[in-house]
Amino acid sequence: MSGANVPPVTSVAALYGIAHRIEADAAERYAMLADQMETHNNLDLARMFRDLARAERLHADKIRELAGAIGVGDDGGPIGPWKADSPESVDLYAARYDMSPHEALRMALAAEERALAFYTDLAASKVDRTVRDLATSFAAEEREHVALCHRLLERYPPASAARPGDPDAPGDR
Amino acid sequence: MTAGANSVSVAMVGSGGAGVLTTGEMLLEAACAAGWNGLLTRSVGPQIRGGEAASLLRLARSPVECMADQFDLLVGIDWVNAGRFGDEIPLGESSVLVCDPAAGAPPPMAANAKRVIELPIAEITKAHPAWRANMLALGAAGHLLGLDESALHGVIAKRFAAKGSEVVAANVAAAAAGARAVDTERGRVALAPVAQAAAKRWLITGNEAVALGALLGGVRFAAAYPITPASDILEWLAPNLTKVGGTLVQAEDELASVNMIIGASYGGVPSLTATSGPGLSLMIESLGLATAAEVPIVIVDVMRGGPSTGIPTKSEQSDLNIAIYGMHGDAPHLVIAPQSVGDCWLSAQWATGLAEALQAPAIVLSDQFLGQAQTAITRPVERPPTGKRRVADGANLPYARYAAGGDGVSPMAIPGTARCAYTADGLTHTERGTPTSGAHDHVAQLDKRRDKLDGHEYGPLWATIEGDSETAVLAWGSLTGVVREGIAQARADGVSAKLIAPRLLLPTRPAEMSAALAGVKRVLVVEQTHGMQFLKYLRAHYDLPAEVSVLHRPGPLPIRPHEVRQRLIEGGSR
Amino acid sequence: MNAAEPLKCRPSDYKSEVKPIWCPGCGDYHVLMALTRAMAALGLPPERIAVVSGIGCSSRIPAYTNCYGFHGVHGRSLAVATGLKIARPDITVICASGDGDGYSIGGNHFLHACRRNVDLAYIVMDNHIYGMTKGQPSPTTEPDFDTALAPGGTGLRPFNPLVVALASGANFVARAYSGNPNETAELIVDAIKHPGFSFVEILSPCVTYRPDQRSWKDRVHPAPVTPTDDPARAARRLMTDDGFNLGVLYRGHRAPYTPPTAAAMVAPESLEEEFEV
Repeated sequence: MSGANVPPVTSVAALYGIAHRIEADAAERYAMLADQMETHNNLDLARMFRDLARAERLHADKIRELAGAIGVGDDGGPIGPWKADSPESVDLYAARYDMSPHEALRMALAAEERALAFYTDLAASKVDRTVRDLATSFAAEEREHVALCHRLLERYPPASAARPGDPDAPGDR
Repeated sequence: MTAGANSVSVAMVGSGGAGVLTTGEMLLEAACAAGWNGLLTRSVGPQIRGGEAASLLRLARSPVECMADQFDLLVGIDWVNAGRFGDEIPLGESSVLVCDPAAGAPPPMAANAKRVIELPIAEITKAHPAWRANMLALGAAGHLLGLDESALHGVIAKRFAAKGSEVVAANVAAAAAGARAVDTERGRVALAPVAQAAAKRWLITGNEAVALGALLGGVRFAAAYPITPASDILEWLAPNLTKVGGTLVQAEDELASVNMIIGASYGGVPSLTATSGPGLSLMIESLGLATAAEVPIVIVDVMRGGPSTGIPTKSEQSDLNIAIYGMHGDAPHLVIAPQSVGDCWLSAQWATGLAEALQAPAIVLSDQFLGQAQTAITRPVERPPTGKRRVADGANLPYARYAAGGDGVSPMAIPGTARCAYTADGLTHTERGTPTSGAHDHVAQLDKRRDKLDGHEYGPLWATIEGDSETAVLAWGSLTGVVREGIAQARADGVSAKLIAPRLLLPTRPAEMSAALAGVKRVLVVEQTHGMQFLKYLRAHYDLPAEVSVLHRPGPLPIRPHEVRQRLIEGGSR
Repeated sequence: MNAAEPLKCRPSDYKSEVKPIWCPGCGDYHVLMALTRAMAALGLPPERIAVVSGIGCSSRIPAYTNCYGFHGVHGRSLAVATGLKIARPDITVICASGDGDGYSIGGNHFLHACRRNVDLAYIVMDNHIYGMTKGQPSPTTEPDFDTALAPGGTGLRPFNPLVVALASGANFVARAYSGNPNETAELIVDAIKHPGFSFVEILSPCVTYRPDQRSWKDRVHPAPVTPTDDPARAARRLMTDDGFNLGVLYRGHRAPYTPPTAAAMVAPESLEEEFEV
């Protein structure tokens, strides 16, 4: 769904704009999740999402810096160029108030993989070489993020199946 | 008590197309043109058109606020189904009956009237097909009353002007024939003439007066859902609001009408709706919203017989409980009850100003009698203090819409005002308007909403207080005029009483009421309810003297002045 | 989108400090995102916009914006919005609701708001369930959906809000999916710009009581046809579609409601004259 209706990226300037928007959207999404987890008292996860939001924000700033004089445009205006979500935005519907860090990292991994696929596809497409080169470098960066997610997932193994559920679960009351 | 030369009461009855309603209006208009005062109510059957109808008039030398104890003159154009008005048209031995011998036997209520004047309506109209029966009756009634014929003919000319001079001439001729046909020797009920009134006067109904008062008070938006007997208010406002740059919208139901006015008022435009008991019941939830969100609105409740559909066309005071206590939660608001047709104007204007100034819903508790009675009133010179909404301008930031403290009235931001955007909320909220379930905020906001109403200085308009005596009669709304007349009657018998009629029913005024009751040893409560709602309200909120009695009756039968007199005389107060 | 256009407003300019109480994963977060993006795209100052709602999860949305908000009683948001818009035509009024608030308790107002055609945008976040009261069937719940209040299902045919809107006279009818926040934002912009009463039904999953609705993302699809201005064609499409067609489905030309105006204004005091004897 996320890649649906991606506008054609035909210039380096357009790619900087798109890339910046992808990171900014991802940061916004993580910040929303952090807020949600704070509201629902899942404070460990709130911290994790807050960290992820900060990381994506830094990434967005880095792209702006890289773009230099070319700039990142206006990100295409308030409404994104995708019907659905930016490639790197986590799927909000996968969020649950009692989700574990492992599940959260799985969400993040899926988002990073979508971003990676976006840049990889672009790098392999028939666009201008400068665009392909830039897409390749962005893909490399996303590959690092994917690897980071995998490393983190090892640190946060899936919760045991025997983990007791919420005795006050909303569906039961 | 027939007031003879000072006051004469006339009932005109007829069925299906007899035109008694128009006749009543014309007689009142002519009487007023001749310098008299008057009061007109109507009674109709359940049919939309063509049913039996009665015009009930009281004409007097000075302004009157209630119907008299009995009718001096009953004019029957026909008697079809007239018996249903029996209870509403009390007649005495001195009463005069005007009827067509061809119309058959008069209904039982006419049996008391010993003086009968024949008016051969069928015979005359047979000879003159262009003459209407009701014009004959109008001419006959006018003649018996001693009404100046030119005043009557003037009203006829005005009424039929659009139909051409031939029609005018025929109707004038019919009225003149009616006058000639009755034998005044058998029962003249003439009213003493008066000089033309010096002051400007109006012929107006309570519903029109409410509408005018609210409009003059600043109302510029109304939402309407039709209901008897309140629709007249909305129908008057529809064209007239437009003329002053306002708007009336017809809503799909009362739930919508009250919420539409809440929306409009939230937008900064003083707003009103009018309804009756069933509609008020539907609006109650949103009245609580207006209380909690502090949105000023005015709701006019023209009371009719209840509960449920009750008697839509008859007056009662039985919405007092719902007006005072209807809302869930602790929901302070304003309830203001007009006491006469003219007072409808003042009360509505006052209520509008109070609602705006105090950012609270105001219920104007009128009733079918006041609303639909048409009467000549002297142009009200007394105008209530004007109320204006306190508005936020963005100077005090961050803006706290519901800031407590002070007099409890916090400036309201009107959409469009920069830096003051807030969400008005029916949920318990903080001073900034954010929903909360905390005890501190809940109590602080409840205190705020109570204090702003309780702490306001309402001035002498809160009640009508007349006379001084160890006996007080407590009444409200349209019963005020009945009690005033009953007290006057008792005074002629050497019995005195003080009248205390609160206009402001909520918030209550314990200190003012205590002052009004100082020295009072006995209280008579007079109200038109079955369940003694006013008595219970008084007992709940005020310290009454030990000796309390109550005269109460539900609609549709009005309480008449002589009943108040009787109770005062029995009470033996001097 | 024209990248050369200067950025005037950001969606964050329209978000308040108040943190939503919605469940993590709730579709309404996306709607809030779409709504603030739409507002930014329109470039309206927040104080020129009013968001009006009733009661329910979706109706919490006004306080989450930086605009003027009104959070009223259950089911009456359209009445409040109608009064506000008629009294203040200069304010952009957006009315927000849910399937319980808008189609059940507020159903009558929905019919008449469509009919009245006041210049409002009405967005309904439909999750086929009462969320705030914890999982009772709403007018759009499937007949066999098991709940505590209706064990085994209601057995009732779901309400079709788009058909009702069209039949009642709505001037603009669209369906959106909250998981497509940009498309939803575009549809809200379109609804606000279109004169008259514009209705946007937003499929917005309830992940708590309807976890099955996570699959909506695979079921939604763009409407296979372009918007029509022919109500008869629109009706046929709406009555035969699968409930997951997204986009503008009807765009009418009916002139919006305007209150009557007087040829000449008079002073309020002059209205007394008609009563003079």
